[in-house]
Amino acid sequence: MIQFILRRLAVAIPTLLVLIVVSFMLMKMAPGNPFAGEKNVPQAVLDNIFARYGLDKPEWQQLLEYVYNVVFRFDFGPSFQYRDRTVNDIIAQGFPVTFTYGAWAFVLAALIGVSLGIVAAVRQNSWADYFAVGVTIGAQVVPNFVMAPLLVLVFTLWLRWLPGGGWNGGHWSNVILPVIALSTSYMANIARITRSSMLEVLSSNYIRTARAKGLPSRQVIFEHALRPALLPVVSYLGPVFVGMVTGSVVIDLYFSTGGIGQAFVNSALNRDYSTILGITVLLGALTIAANLIVDILYAWIDPKIQL
Amino acid sequence: MLADTRIDGVAKAEAITPTKGRSLWRDAGYRFVRNRAALVSLFVLLGVVVFTIVGPFFARWSIEKIDWSVVGNVLSKGYPSVETGHFFGTDEVGRDLYSRVIQGTQVSLMVGIIGAGIAVIVGTIYGAVAGYFGGRIDSLMMRFVDILYSIPYMFILILLLIIFGRSFVMLFVGVGLISWLGMARVVRGQTLTLKNREFVEAAIATGAKPLTVIFRHIVPNLLGIVVVYATLLVPEMILLESFISFLGLGVQEPNTSLGALISEGSRTMQYGTIWQLIFPLVFFVTILFTFFFVGDGLRDALDPKDR
Amino acid sequence: MKTAQTFKAAAVAVALLGATALTMPTFAASVPEGTTLAAEQVFKYRVLDNINTLDPQLVEDVDTSAVVRSLFEGLYNSGADGNPVPGVAESYEVNADNTVYTFHLRDAKWSNGDPVTAGDFVYAWQRAVNPETASNYAYFVGLVGVVNADAIVAGEKPVEELGVKAIDDKTLEVNLAFSSPWFIRTLSHATLYPSPKAVIEAKGIEWTKPENIVGNGAYTLAENTPGERVIVKRNPNYWDDAHTVLNEVQFLTINDENQGLTRWRAGEVDQTDVPAGQYPALKAELPDETFSVPQFCTYYFDVNMTDKQSNEALKDVRVREALNLSIDRDVIVNGILQGGQQPAYSFAHPLTAGYIMPQIPAASMTQDERDARAEELIAEAGYGKDNPLTINYIYNTSDAHKKIATVVGQMWKEKLGVTLNLQDMEFQTLIDTRHEKNFELARDAWCGDYNEASTFLSLLDSNSDQNNSGYSNAQVDGWLAEAKTSEDPNVQYAEVETQTAKDVAIMPIYYYAKVFMQNESVKGWPYDDVEQNWYAKDLYKVAE
Repeated sequence: MIQFILRRLAVAIPTLLVLIVVSFMLMKMAPGNPFAGEKNVPQAVLDNIFARYGLDKPEWQQLLEYVYNVVFRFDFGPSFQYRDRTVNDIIAQGFPVTFTYGAWAFVLAALIGVSLGIVAAVRQNSWADYFAVGVTIGAQVVPNFVMAPLLVLVFTLWLRWLPGGGWNGGHWSNVILPVIALSTSYMANIARITRSSMLEVLSSNYIRTARAKGLPSRQVIFEHALRPALLPVVSYLGPVFVGMVTGSVVIDLYFSTGGIGQAFVNSALNRDYSTILGITVLLGALTIAANLIVDILYAWIDPKIQL
Repeated sequence: MLADTRIDGVAKAEAITPTKGRSLWRDAGYRFVRNRAALVSLFVLLGVVVFTIVGPFFARWSIEKIDWSVVGNVLSKGYPSVETGHFFGTDEVGRDLYSRVIQGTQVSLMVGIIGAGIAVIVGTIYGAVAGYFGGRIDSLMMRFVDILYSIPYMFILILLLIIFGRSFVMLFVGVGLISWLGMARVVRGQTLTLKNREFVEAAIATGAKPLTVIFRHIVPNLLGIVVVYATLLVPEMILLESFISFLGLGVQEPNTSLGALISEGSRTMQYGTIWQLIFPLVFFVTILFTFFFVGDGLRDALDPKDR
Repeated sequence: MKTAQTFKAAAVAVALLGATALTMPTFAASVPEGTTLAAEQVFKYRVLDNINTLDPQLVEDVDTSAVVRSLFEGLYNSGADGNPVPGVAESYEVNADNTVYTFHLRDAKWSNGDPVTAGDFVYAWQRAVNPETASNYAYFVGLVGVVNADAIVAGEKPVEELGVKAIDDKTLEVNLAFSSPWFIRTLSHATLYPSPKAVIEAKGIEWTKPENIVGNGAYTLAENTPGERVIVKRNPNYWDDAHTVLNEVQFLTINDENQGLTRWRAGEVDQTDVPAGQYPALKAELPDETFSVPQFCTYYFDVNMTDKQSNEALKDVRVREALNLSIDRDVIVNGILQGGQQPAYSFAHPLTAGYIMPQIPAASMTQDERDARAEELIAEAGYGKDNPLTINYIYNTSDAHKKIATVVGQMWKEKLGVTLNLQDMEFQTLIDTRHEKNFELARDAWCGDYNEASTFLSLLDSNSDQNNSGYSNAQVDGWLAEAKTSEDPNVQYAEVETQTAKDVAIMPIYYYAKVFMQNESVKGWPYDDVEQNWYAKDLYKVAE
């Protein structure tokens, strides 16, 4: 087990380094610079700014210094776009927000998705199956950039129940709409994964045996079939992390939650090299960590799997 | 309980059609046809495809021609009407939505199919090679996939679109870049089980070269799972494209895609020009729905574990 | 020409201003007698996600300026009509050739109770041009004429040589490199605000955090969460706090304008922009809360005049003129934008203080006449529907830009047989491509930095950093230089506008309007200021 973790970590470090280098080079290839605006800045001024942020050095040197600071000082540098903030500040502010509504969205999606998935599997090809599949696919195929403004129209403008945006330190009323808007795409995937793995489990021999012994259907499903059927759902946790951030782009745009998604797209569009790199590295590390945890969980749930 | 009767049903069906030597594919076809949701979806999907081919012959406006009489009065004059020739109404600048929706549907379908196509070709070969050779090559190749998986692809995609400009080619490259990863994993898993089968061992024993074995014996036996996976990938790719369009990085004007049309339509939904959202959204949802149902139906039909 | 009256009035105002030292009445929230104020004096204002900094010397954009204006105060503010009113300075004197300004400061305090001194301005201005500060707006100090500013930015002189000095704690002297009657007008720009030396030196980059920041404005910072909101609260140490009514201002980030409108309707914000095309319907529905006021910006196309582009046709002035004439501005303004924007045929904004817009021939023709003339010209140049011309146009990703590009493309196609290839690129790429002169036609826009025509027209100078079309005409350069010292610069400005219109280096499309929804209870908004420099201290909310 420990050996397995160590081996995975040994791969993770070069992976992250490759990620930094590739992102850095792509970023530098992109036209434009972080300090350009509609009004052109005179060259003398631009030179000063570049010198201030060390952008006048050769690129290999910038890269090395960057990697050094990240690895040894955990310092992602100053943001170029937010002139009086550091990338660490930006991540420290945005990530908890995204994580909060992302985690709630996942919980909600898991609850509904798993229930719908089970219903659909147990009553395969019945109206209940079609309904459950229809609802989940329906939730998935309506893009969240349509869903989000629609939710605001209904709950903020017409019903006046919930605020249409802002974060307010994570007040529950500000969290609800982002969670709903973000959960729909997870929900559909979870339901579909649950359905197909449940179907597989239900047709397996030990379930047939359990049924043959005359156990009630409910007991068979909840005590024998559910646990193994949920295994693939656990493995879905990994992609959720990535989905959370891409989804967060839309959530932050419509709900002004101040999460990491908005910072991510903004910094890419504004060539805020340091912020973009910081978020990318963070995301890469999280994805790797999530995949690792998933594998460990997997082995823990299913003793047949050896790490 | 219900599952039991289903198994009975299959057993009966098998009893009625005696041992006529049905092929795996015929068998699957039979099961697919019995899945009403999948069958209906297939016909609806075909209908949409036919519409995108035949539809333009009935269009009275091109995708870029502006109806000057509508400009400035879209709400009162741009609504869907047979008289004006704008069967689906017009967009915000007075262009015909009927033509644009057809064009958008074509583009979205193309993105989906080409994205999935790249996945099929690259993913199958990559996965089959890794799985067949096993050992060090396998773990090296799969680690590479893991690395790519941990890259926040949305960011890379945004960067690519920024650096190389926006074009159809770039969109396909960007979508194709990430689509094959999942396919490679699935195919590798299947190959691992296939390569120990008797017919593969027999082929190896007769001295067939590795590549011959892979392409002659293994890949054909992977077709089932590849088809299923590819069908489910198409809607994913279409969703991905819609997100890119939402970010404003989609295809260039005057070309459009369903994602672009929906994101334009969703902006104006509260101002009464609801047709700008409804028509593209209906097409979008229909395509995704039918692909998902057809994919699920195919999986149920092709899965070796009989349900 | 309804607006002609306004120009003259503004011209008179600027003439008066330049003449003598003035002690103008203090402007603050002027609440009329008998008004019932709302119990809750909180103003919620929509901004985009662009509050990049709260450091006055680093501020770049309009929204951030609005926040910083509430936290800091310069020598002069701009009043309800856009003309200067005293801020930290009570009065000023100027020498005969408008090169030496002496300001007399009032007894103002920083939010920590320290007095605001002339030295704080000297420090701030030196800080603005200091290469180590690396401010984007460092050039602004040179632009307004402060002696040695450009040399310091370029690192050729030490910051101490900047042409500003504190005679004593309450007297500030500014030396200008050229005669500038409009200098007072530039003082409301954030770059020229004072900054607290002690705090900046103690806290470094962290000094603008809510727990550290010290300002001299009517408000102090309570919260700053980029991407969500900035909250400022009343500053009891502000010199005119007695006349301030609003207790709190919330700058709420709402990126999507449609979302902004929804939330405005739900009462969550007091002010929001109107999405393009929605003004007429909203005006009909809510006439008292829908506003359209002129804004100090011009939208135009750059024509690449340099040899870096290879489209020979665009080098032919007849082709450029044909393209220019066949853009139906009325359709763009009334059919697409529909928010009270004005069609533009020349560059400088017509409401610029003291500026008299010259008569450009194209402006007085009807669209049919323009189209007819355009067809003649394109035929003369050897193009037309039988020999179609293809032109590339670059613009940045945005709904409004896309609509305008689409419409103009169709106009040219139908009238001249021109195929316009649209290239939508994201903003930074556009800026870069435009700067590299690697385009044929490009979208462009300019908002004035200060209320005088040179803020627009100096772009046409062949040496200007902002001259994106690469236009170079020695005559125009000469007129622009002359205008700086001219008795009546309008003479030169008219020449410049007429000549550039003839050369069609840019194709002006329209003059901006700020189109917004504002809650009825909000009063005191500077509707008449084309720069829309609003001060929270001047606003108040009445009971509904």
